[in-house]
Amino acid sequence: MPPSDDVVLRVENLTRHFPVKGRIPFLSGGVVKAVDGVSFDLRRGETLGVVGESGCGKSTLARMLVGLEQPTSGAVRFGSAVVHRARGRELRALRRRIQIVLQDPYTSLNPRRTIREILLQPFEIHPDVLDRRRRIERIKELLDLVGLDPSLHLNRYPHQFSGGQRQRIGIARALALNPDVIVCDEPVSALDVSVQAQVVNLLERLQEELGVAYVFIAHDLSVVRHISDRVAVMYLGKLVETGPEIDLYESPRHPYTRALLSAVPVPDPAGRRQRQRILLAGDPPSPVDPPSGCRFRTRCWQATDTCATAEPPLAAGQHPVACHYPLAA
Amino acid sequence: MTLLEIADLKVAFPGPSGPVNAVNGVSLGVDPRQTLAILGESGSGKSVTAQAVMGILDVPPATVTGSVRLHGRELLTLGRKQRDRISGEEIGMVFQDAMAALNPVFTVGHQIAEVLRVRRGMSRSDARRRAIELVDRVRIPAAKDRIREYPHQFSGGMRQRIMIALAISLEPDLLIADEPTTALDVTVQAQVMELLAEIQRDSGMGLLLITHDLGVVAEVADDVAVMYAGRIVERGTVEQIFAGPAHPYTEGLLASMPRVDRRDEQLYAIPGAPPNPARLPTGCPFHLRCPRATDECLASRPPLRVLPANRASACHHHEEVLGATQR
Repeated sequence: MPPSDDVVLRVENLTRHFPVKGRIPFLSGGVVKAVDGVSFDLRRGETLGVVGESGCGKSTLARMLVGLEQPTSGAVRFGSAVVHRARGRELRALRRRIQIVLQDPYTSLNPRRTIREILLQPFEIHPDVLDRRRRIERIKELLDLVGLDPSLHLNRYPHQFSGGQRQRIGIARALALNPDVIVCDEPVSALDVSVQAQVVNLLERLQEELGVAYVFIAHDLSVVRHISDRVAVMYLGKLVETGPEIDLYESPRHPYTRALLSAVPVPDPAGRRQRQRILLAGDPPSPVDPPSGCRFRTRCWQATDTCATAEPPLAAGQHPVACHYPLAA
Repeated sequence: MTLLEIADLKVAFPGPSGPVNAVNGVSLGVDPRQTLAILGESGSGKSVTAQAVMGILDVPPATVTGSVRLHGRELLTLGRKQRDRISGEEIGMVFQDAMAALNPVFTVGHQIAEVLRVRRGMSRSDARRRAIELVDRVRIPAAKDRIREYPHQFSGGMRQRIMIALAISLEPDLLIADEPTTALDVTVQAQVMELLAEIQRDSGMGLLLITHDLGVVAEVADDVAVMYAGRIVERGTVEQIFAGPAHPYTEGLLASMPRVDRRDEQLYAIPGAPPNPARLPTGCPFHLRCPRATDECLASRPPLRVLPANRASACHHHEEVLGATQR
């Protein structure tokens, strides 16, 4: 299904601040601005990739999208509902529509439950979705859908599966209630290279068959390029650039995006001597005390005084960039 | 003379039903100035190979057989003391997790200076001066002040640099780096790989790089040994391996990797998962996942055969693979 224009999830100015607590008084009292004013639309059936380095806030964003984390301000809208204001029936209905697949297939499945029990659980929480007698049939379908053998695997425990198979089980669980959105938080980064492609291909096939939309959060820019229709680049809690996959990767406009892309090793030894690499100095700064103005300016090779005083906004549009001096497209 | 020469290396760990061979007959060599990458997935035996060379396989107790020669001298038959002296002075080591490799209760300056005082008999002040030089060498700003800090006060990339400073402090001839950038962000990974390459250029040491990352291999390696289930299944120059692999496993790995510089419609996925070293299939250990497998692959394990142009492949059908992959 080609991405259509109707928005399934709308994220508005989403912010999450964590207070810094500790026994050491002079280190306490600040806030970590883990996510600081993130907005985007997710359209029905599309994949939005979110990339960024560790500490940029991408996992906090994932947790807020599914309602596991309460935002400090801002909203996640699904249709007419607001994810964090919903209560009771409305909240339960929302949870059916937005699911999550986590990074670590070893800790995200209950080790004391069989695959049958793990996959039946969504229906026990939402009993009105499917008649009790038809549930076993449905979970067999789900296993089949993700490439596992129902006759062989239903009564086994998670430890009897490989990492790739466990991730398939996690995906089957996320699909059980026919969601509109699945948030995938680093779904393949714990897997071996030869197994990653299996899971990526599975996610793509499921999207084609079921029309589910993905927010695909990862640090691996190659995987994100492969699976995404649109991509958002995050730096220290903010989106610095968003755009269609081809535009963002072929003509990045934010200096950070360009540096990030140039740092990714390419499996092509013949080209390694010609490649121009932008080596950024240092590490990302601490989100407790981010730089004034543009947060990237301390590592940016074209920063000026303006960048230290004024924060560049991320405008609307097809391929917006939060930079005072965007690179030529 | 070859700097490091490994011949028929086998490493076995005790298992519940008899010893398990994590490494099963590995032979390879590293020359001065050369970067040899051992590429493999988890359980392939790549890290155990490196640890056998370093002589740090005491826990759990492993049985190591075969031969590991450094500058022509056999290491496996040396006594503990001599072995430690050689691995300490002539082999530098960099690991994936610097936080675990550095001592959290001593300053980084103390840890570097201690090595110099014990091994080189330097005075406190000389050792301190040299430690500052080394920390400066790995491009840590304000080295003079920062050597007074503890490992936890450094970022991940900076800690990795400290470990590199420690590893090169005795000017080793061989550096073994086991997944040195795997825990780092991509921008920091690029910095650390660049630093390693630069140090290698200046010092002429040989680099044995252990990694699962095809991109890193393509960026820095001269030669590549691909490991699968405890054995080398393919060996060649980095250009040979990437331009036209001679083993279906390498072929599959390359086809299954998405690329940042282009978009492929569909990725090839190698079916199944890497085998458990305690329960290897008969014949070729890859045959269950291999699209080219025939009855021959099930019946007999292909040895690593040397092919023209001094490359090698352990596949019965290497000619067919080469024919299909070479452009």
